[in-house]
Parts: sequence; C-alpha cells; structure tokens
Amino acid sequence: MIVASLAFYLFSLMAVVGALNVIFQRNPVHSVLWLIFTFFNAAALFVLLGAEFVAMILVVVYVGAVAVLFLFVVMMLDINIIMIREGFLKYLPVGALIGVILLVELAVVFGGWTMAPQAEALRVLPTNPDQLTNTEALGRVMYTDYAYVFQAAGLVLLVAMIGAIVLTMRRRPGVRKQKISEQVNRDAKDTVVMVQVESGKGLS
Amino acid sequence: MSEHAEAASGFLTIGLSHYLTLSAILFTLGIFGIFLNRKNLIVIMMSIELILLAVNINLVAFSSFLGDLVGQVFTMLVLTVAAAEAAIGLAIVVVFYRNRRSIEVEDINQMKG
Repeated sequence: MIVASLAFYLFSLMAVVGALNVIFQRNPVHSVLWLIFTFFNAAALFVLLGAEFVAMILVVVYVGAVAVLFLFVVMMLDINIIMIREGFLKYLPVGALIGVILLVELAVVFGGWTMAPQAEALRVLPTNPDQLTNTEALGRVMYTDYAYVFQAAGLVLLVAMIGAIVLTMRRRPGVRKQKISEQVNRDAKDTVVMVQVESGKGLS
Repeated sequence: MSEHAEAASGFLTIGLSHYLTLSAILFTLGIFGIFLNRKNLIVIMMSIELILLAVNINLVAFSSFLGDLVGQVFTMLVLTVAAAEAAIGLAIVVVFYRNRRSIEVEDINQMKG
C-alpha cells in the first residue's frame, strides 16, 4: 500500500515537472520530448488506477503517433527560437492570474468531493463482476454496447485523415513528378514510329 | 464508498481527491501554456494535449474509484478525438507556415476570409 502511495507521488510529481517543462522550454523540440515524458508518467498513473488498457493505449497513441507527429512538424518548420520568447513577460501576469483563478475554482469544486450515496447503485458497467482483466472487460463492452460509438470514433479518424491530406497536399509547378496514370495510359501507337529505311541512305 | 472518502484525508493513502488535484494542476498548466506561448502555435497545441490529458486522468480516476467501466470507454473516445485534433491542427499549422513563413499567434488574424 505504501509503495503504491509513494509511486503515485513520484509519478504525479514527474508529470507536473514534465508539464512545466513543456510550457517553459525554449526549444520546441525539447517541449515535445517533455510532453512524451509527461504522457509516460500519466500512463503509469493509469496503471496504478487499474486501467491498464487505457495506459497502454495512451503510450501507443500519444507517444507512438501524436508526439512523433509533433516532432516531425516541429523539425519541418524552421522557427526562430530567439523570436519565440518575445512577449513572454507581457502575457505572464495575465496567464498567471487566470491560472490561479482556475486552480482555486477547481480546488473549490473538487476539494470536498464525495460520491453521492446512490452513485454506486447507478453504475452502468460495474468493474469486475466476474474477475475479468481490464482489457477483457473493456473489449466485451467496446464491440457490443458501444459499437456505434466505436464506429463513430473510427469515422472521426477517417475525417481527420482526409482533412489532413487535403490540407497539406499541393501541386508545385516546375517539379518533375511521376504521373502514374499517364504512364499506364501510354500506348505504343502514339509513341513508336516504324520507319522503313532504305539501305545506304539514312533517315534524313 | 465511505471508506474512500475517509481514506482520502490521509497522506499515504491515495484517494480520489489526490488524482483530482493532479489533474487540476495539469489542466491549469495547460491553460497557462496557452497564455504564455504567443509566438509558437505548436506549443499551444501541446498545451491543449496537456489539457486533454488532465481530462483523461479525471475520467480514469472517477472510473476507478466508482468502479464503473464507462469512464474508461469514454477516455478512449477522448484519445481518438485528441489524435484527430492533433493531425488536423498540425496540418493547418503547416499550411499556414507555407503561406506566412511564421507560426505566431498575432499573424493568424489574417487567416479570416
């Protein structure tokens, strides 16, 4: 029990340190790396909470896909690092004020949180009624009770993929690119000319 | 349920309020990051990811302490939306950078039209 508690404090401290570094790092590449660090710690916290599948999905999706996407874009865009910090101090007071107000509000809302007495009876899917693992329990509801929601999530990803491709695709003039349809449609009659050459005369 | 509420008061017994506090801190840091990094859109998007992570921690913590699996299903949907948002947002940033050669927030008011 004590080990779990100490692990919670360790991982949450590391997550907060990582989040602070995401915001305050000068170099955006370092920010992305600290974001990955934060996500790993959050995944560890999810494991502590008993949500192993979501923890692994967090690592796979965020570290494997989203963070790498961020890293690619950060490295692709040539950003002047010195320019980035301009206006930092200008917005510091406003940002700090709003942050403190928000933190106090959240503390007021969540500080004295207690579950309602009838909350336990209102559960939709009680965890572990028949000693399933977390992944198996999620899999049983994901493709049955939540099948439509699952399909809708897939649709969201499809729309995002099409949107990203449409947004970033461009045709640059003056670049020699392979046009596969033209190559496939090429016909021998259009390109090859058979010439009967008289011997000893040459073509022209 | 009441043992959770009592357990949350101790230092070494982790209750729901510990996780809620952590997620509140992460959420606030995300909001703070949006205000601080006015010169770099990508860091703002990373701050949005932090906010979504805080929401996920909230959902999983409630799911775990209430013993209801729906919170974890919803967490996966939030993850999906976060991934889609990152992809579309970064595509917009790339297109904007091609046109303007910068990704400052001040320049983005020219995007309307």
